[in-house]
Amino acid sequence: MNQRVAIVGVGWAGFRPATPEVSYKELMYDAAVRAYTDAGVDPRRDVESFVTVAEDFHEGTSIFDEYTPDQLGGALKSVQTITGDGLHGLATAYMLIRTGQFDIVAVEGHSKASNILTLDEITAYAQDPVLNRPLRFNTHFVAGMEMNRYLYETGTTREQCAAVVVKNRFNALANPSAPYGADLTLQDVLSGPMLSAPLGLRETAEHADGAIVMVLASEQAAQQLVDLPIWIEGIGWCNDSPSLESRDWGQAIYTAQAARMAYSQAGINHPLQAIDFAEVDDIYAYKELQTLEALGFFRPGEAGELTAEGFTTPEGDLPVNVSGGSLGCGHLLDATGLARALEVVLQLRGEAGARQLADVEIGLVQSWRGVPTTNGAVAILSN
Amino acid sequence: MTVKIKEFPGTSLSEKDFDEGKILFNYDELKGEFAWDTGIAIGSYLAALKEGLILGAACYTCHKIVTPPRTVCEWCFDPMDEYIPLLDTGVVNTFSLCYVTWDVQRIEQPEIPAVIMLDGASSLDSGPIMGGIMHKLGEVKPEKVHIGMRVKAVWKPAEEREGSVTDILYFKPIEN
Ligand SMILES: [Zn+2]
Repeated sequence: MNQRVAIVGVGWAGFRPATPEVSYKELMYDAAVRAYTDAGVDPRRDVESFVTVAEDFHEGTSIFDEYTPDQLGGALKSVQTITGDGLHGLATAYMLIRTGQFDIVAVEGHSKASNILTLDEITAYAQDPVLNRPLRFNTHFVAGMEMNRYLYETGTTREQCAAVVVKNRFNALANPSAPYGADLTLQDVLSGPMLSAPLGLRETAEHADGAIVMVLASEQAAQQLVDLPIWIEGIGWCNDSPSLESRDWGQAIYTAQAARMAYSQAGINHPLQAIDFAEVDDIYAYKELQTLEALGFFRPGEAGELTAEGFTTPEGDLPVNVSGGSLGCGHLLDATGLARALEVVLQLRGEAGARQLADVEIGLVQSWRGVPTTNGAVAILSN
Repeated sequence: MTVKIKEFPGTSLSEKDFDEGKILFNYDELKGEFAWDTGIAIGSYLAALKEGLILGAACYTCHKIVTPPRTVCEWCFDPMDEYIPLLDTGVVNTFSLCYVTWDVQRIEQPEIPAVIMLDGASSLDSGPIMGGIMHKLGEVKPEKVHIGMRVKAVWKPAEEREGSVTDILYFKPIEN
């Protein structure tokens, strides 16, 4: 039962604003073949269980789990789809292996956001149908209100939030898989149109299409398969109450709790000392700052200032979203957490190319399921 | 249900309560519009239907053919990149006589969904055709339909086809 669990293979397709040449199944297959080749496994022979993450409303198909097995090599095998972020999928696969019943498990997440013509209307269906939906607000209002309260409580400024956009989209220029790389100034970001004030449109990630597959293995299987397994040292998740009426609008308490769970498994007491770099949610720019504080890297109100000073650039003390984050890679819907985890794996393997960080041993991944949720997941990975 | 239900029978809702707005009632319409990329396999399939052809994909490792075509073999995970036209005749694998419509109306004359195992069209596809085409039967009395019945596709006129599964109207029995 004390077996450790490792990520032994990663594969991805995209990320691009649109992928008109392939169906979602073909996109998944593309990522899956790469992941299985990377891990040196045959999915029909070696992979014992498959976990996918998807939301029926994003797919336009009810009971979407029916449509996942064949393109992953999972037909007539143990397969499940969970309606969560990719990190919830990673946590599920981790637990399957920890049960001792499975040695090799695959995890998949994808986005075909370009195929959803009415995404804002679909997202509105996440609002409470009796209490909130009749008010008829575009769901981005939840982010606007949260940002407003976060700035109010912490003294963080819009300029400091804009600094997240400048950093992440600049980082994306060094990532061939990131379609939204740009060299912007704070003024470029701040001069954009408002979305739901104080949240600006340019502080909000654009969507992208893509698929990510990871292969996880028990300690014994991992050591037989690959030279450099990436270990899952801790993984935690947490949901707050969905209530727009009573939630804490200033802080991401759910992320703090998810981190506590992951830190305790990994034996981490001082995150800033223990962790070399992080990939965290930045669907909205303020979210990166709020999240870094919830993760215990900084005290409330410090993240904005430190970001503006360059503390979280690739050259800084705590590089954050070297991949470009969602602002640079695009918002990949349910696959977002896996995209963040992918970067941590590549960095820990030394395979991040032009954006490779020097001497990294422990990385943190965090994800959030987007408005209107209060849902966070955190994983600690090491090489 | 509580065993004391006879003591607390309650009041059931009537249509009138809805009409008079006496109960909580939200009306909402989901605006879910999708433009699915058909991709290589299904895109090829639909384009061929417009030309009056039914495509299948072959896996030579497994000696299996599927229709509609796919880009991966679900049995061995090898790519399926060879698409071949099948004949538009075949055998009923299974069917049902369906007395309720798509939008939940009861009907006297049943609709007949069926899976039809198509005939291979060339020596290439000498292997078993795995699964058939999901479609419907027509020009047949419901009581005459049986598993194993030989049928043939009835197509829309070429100028009316639009690259859809409905370019085939239905399958009908082949005489004798
Ligand atoms: Zn095969």
